[in-house]
Amino acid sequence: MVSSAQRVLLLCLFTGIQVLPAAASESSINLRKGVTDISHQVYDLHMTIFYICVVIALLVFGVMLYAMVFHRKSRGAKPANFHESIKVEIAWTIVPFLILIAMAVPATSTLIDMEDASQADLTIRVTGSQWKWHYQYHGHGIEFYSLLDTPMEQIQNKWIKGDDYLLEVDKPLIIPTERKVRFLMTSDDVIHSWWVPDFAVKKDANPGFINEAWTRVNEAGIYRGQCAELCGKDHGFMPIVVKAVPPAEFDSWMLQQKEFIRQAKAEEQRLLAMSMSFDELMAEGEKVYGAYCAACHQPNGAGLPGVFPGLINSVVTRGPVADHIEIVLNGKNGTAMQAFAKQLTLKQLAAVITYERNAWGMNSGDIVQPKDVHLHKQGQ
Amino acid sequence: MNSVASTTTQDTDDHGPAKGIKRWLFTTNHKDIGTLYLWFAFIMFLTGGAMAMVIRAELFQPGLQIVEPHFFNQMTTVHGLIMVFGAVMPAFTGLANWMIPIMIGAPDMALPRMNNLSFWILPFAFTILLASLFVEGGGPAFGWTFYAPLSTTYSGDSTALFVFSVHIMGISSIMGAINVIVTICNMRAPGMTWMKMPLFVWTWLITAFLLIAVMPVLAGAVTMVLTDKYFGTSFFDAAGGGDPVMFQHIFWFFGHPEVYIMILPAFGIISTIVPTFSRKPLFGYSSMVYATASIALLSFIVWAHHMFTTGMPVYAELFFMYCTMLISVPTGVKVFNWVATMWRGAISYEVPMMFSVAFIVLFTFGGFSGLMLAITPVDFQYHDTYFVVAHFHYVLVTGAIFSLIAATYYWLPKWTGVMYDLVLAKWHFWCSLISVNLLFFPMHFIGLAGMPRRIPDYSIQFAGWNQLISIGGFAFGLSQLIFLVLVIKACRKRGAVVNHQVWDGAKGLEWQLPSPAPYHTFEKPPKIE
Repeated sequence: MVSSAQRVLLLCLFTGIQVLPAAASESSINLRKGVTDISHQVYDLHMTIFYICVVIALLVFGVMLYAMVFHRKSRGAKPANFHESIKVEIAWTIVPFLILIAMAVPATSTLIDMEDASQADLTIRVTGSQWKWHYQYHGHGIEFYSLLDTPMEQIQNKWIKGDDYLLEVDKPLIIPTERKVRFLMTSDDVIHSWWVPDFAVKKDANPGFINEAWTRVNEAGIYRGQCAELCGKDHGFMPIVVKAVPPAEFDSWMLQQKEFIRQAKAEEQRLLAMSMSFDELMAEGEKVYGAYCAACHQPNGAGLPGVFPGLINSVVTRGPVADHIEIVLNGKNGTAMQAFAKQLTLKQLAAVITYERNAWGMNSGDIVQPKDVHLHKQGQ
Repeated sequence: MNSVASTTTQDTDDHGPAKGIKRWLFTTNHKDIGTLYLWFAFIMFLTGGAMAMVIRAELFQPGLQIVEPHFFNQMTTVHGLIMVFGAVMPAFTGLANWMIPIMIGAPDMALPRMNNLSFWILPFAFTILLASLFVEGGGPAFGWTFYAPLSTTYSGDSTALFVFSVHIMGISSIMGAINVIVTICNMRAPGMTWMKMPLFVWTWLITAFLLIAVMPVLAGAVTMVLTDKYFGTSFFDAAGGGDPVMFQHIFWFFGHPEVYIMILPAFGIISTIVPTFSRKPLFGYSSMVYATASIALLSFIVWAHHMFTTGMPVYAELFFMYCTMLISVPTGVKVFNWVATMWRGAISYEVPMMFSVAFIVLFTFGGFSGLMLAITPVDFQYHDTYFVVAHFHYVLVTGAIFSLIAATYYWLPKWTGVMYDLVLAKWHFWCSLISVNLLFFPMHFIGLAGMPRRIPDYSIQFAGWNQLISIGGFAFGLSQLIFLVLVIKACRKRGAVVNHQVWDGAKGLEWQLPSPAPYHTFEKPPKIE
């Protein structure tokens, strides 16, 4: 009969199992096999080494457990007095050494494959900065920033979290399947690390230096990863999303992007000739501020004292407009303040500067138009 | 054992310690200083543990609930610094102070005044570090590895305090190491030849050389961080001709031997306790000494295995992979030796033995995951995930800390003269054993499934395991309070009085002294056969 205590224990066990969603499904407790030849090799290597460890553990702990049970003093065991045996010592030095060689051979060949990024069909420069990724397609003039797309309300537990909570971005990196894609990693500020588990690619993005990695994806799909090197406050909030599409689809996507870039340029020209209304600028500015500025300067503009300066009535937001445009465009050397000239459009820049001079009760009435920013850029 | 009577009578001129606070402030007695180190380490262990509780509370559920990401980073950073430099290292130094002179038949450490200094600068170092949490902008938030340029251009103003406190910790460690080396080399009792020294003394001697070799490297690294941040140098800034990757090479040239600084004395402790309760000599004494020395030597040529994803020529990656795999050979020799010692012994499970057996199994788990991490192509997947967090907590908590607890249970009766509360001790063991595995084992799973380390929030697929891990964490933290109560009770002499031998199978000079060990011991060196 099951006693009441046992019943409670069983209940705990079962609720425990339910607390762990899909504990039995492979991906929640083990490495992913991934979608490249390399990631399959890595997975096989991982499992081989794991099984070798399990066998060694069973042998060693088996012997130990036998001794623990049968060589107990309470069972009347009399201690032997043997010790020091050169033969045994040599045996348990040589045998592990041979096992290690057996492990090192496949590891070496996989590693050499992984580090050979030559003869790529496409090169993408990946630049990390606090806390977003910048992708540039070499030789195609296509580039864009990729930012976390999870709403603040989900992070602050006000809204229900989505399925891809913290693993979703506004613009995913698009790459073709069946082509060798080379990544050149670097950083604009601190060290980041670009990691997509399904590709078995993880490489640090070091400021001032360039690292290489590559992948050739076999299956179309959406693959998610995260920054893997502590890069400051929002290290946990700079995901990577890669969408792998068939080569033909990729080529048409490239053409489409080039067309978008042409249109955007024309739009900029049009903007330079006209003025935006204050309300329009403020509405756009609030959006841009939330996406690009709030991580450091905080949504309420107060900053983090001692780390990130506040903007309310600061020397910048109350000072001359030209200085404000200058610092937003070109950043400030030796600090975490980035240059936004290339990250944002003229419209976005004008809007966010207008917003920063009028929000949080400052109401200076200053209006910055896209053409003001453009003139400042030209002036340099 | 027949020298017991003579060692007891030689204490007739014992003038005893001074009274009150002055005893502790001005003491040059190795036992007092050992006690100070051990209590300090325990307080730091609880402090660093409290920070781990904050981390685990925030990670209990996805989303941000309790702390801001910036404060979360301060917690992970200071938790690491305190546990490494404030808990594990001083605890081993405390054991060295207490036990080495007694084990080699010396009256005290060779440099008693320096001994006092090396302890008493430590509370200042950690006061500075903890105080830095309260300055504007908060304390260090760049991880205990303080990679540049996150720790230079992009760090807060508390960085100067961090650098200063690490300098003081380093000076303390170097002085402690010098003292250990000088004591062991010069003050062994006649007849105590090198290959007769207890293994704890051997492992500490080798550890002390590692400390002297690498603590100055750490001091150099923090100094360069200081000048890069405040004095316009560019050691780690590519824009000025420097190299942020060079920081990592310098840091890990310190950092890897540091790992062995925290585990070699643990090997010594386990090699002392296992023979005692197996009632059988250690299987291979000399091979243990050689294995320790070879681990120490290898520890200098494996540092870049912490940096496989940093970007290195493929041949450098291969070199560091092979060297790292090689370390598992002497480490394996140690584990095999402990098992061979237990084989056909007459084993009994007193509390120190329970912790030692747990050490052997759980440390070996950490060794296996370490071997997996050594394989470069797979390390790309493991690196900077919770798999690594699981790995180093298995070797540091169920390794180093379990060995420290085992050592305390082994020698506490010798220190206090009474047997501690065995019921509490067993509760402490079982609670710790279960909760520590609940805490760290599932970290392997979420790490493999892709959860990066050092993040304050995570995607919902990791929610279940993280909840379990946090529960394990709180339970493990609370379990250590049992230990605190037990030690306080023992220090207040609540318990059965023990004789000089305490454990029937124990060998070594310390068991010839009465319990508690008198204030001054071995003023006349003992005879060693």
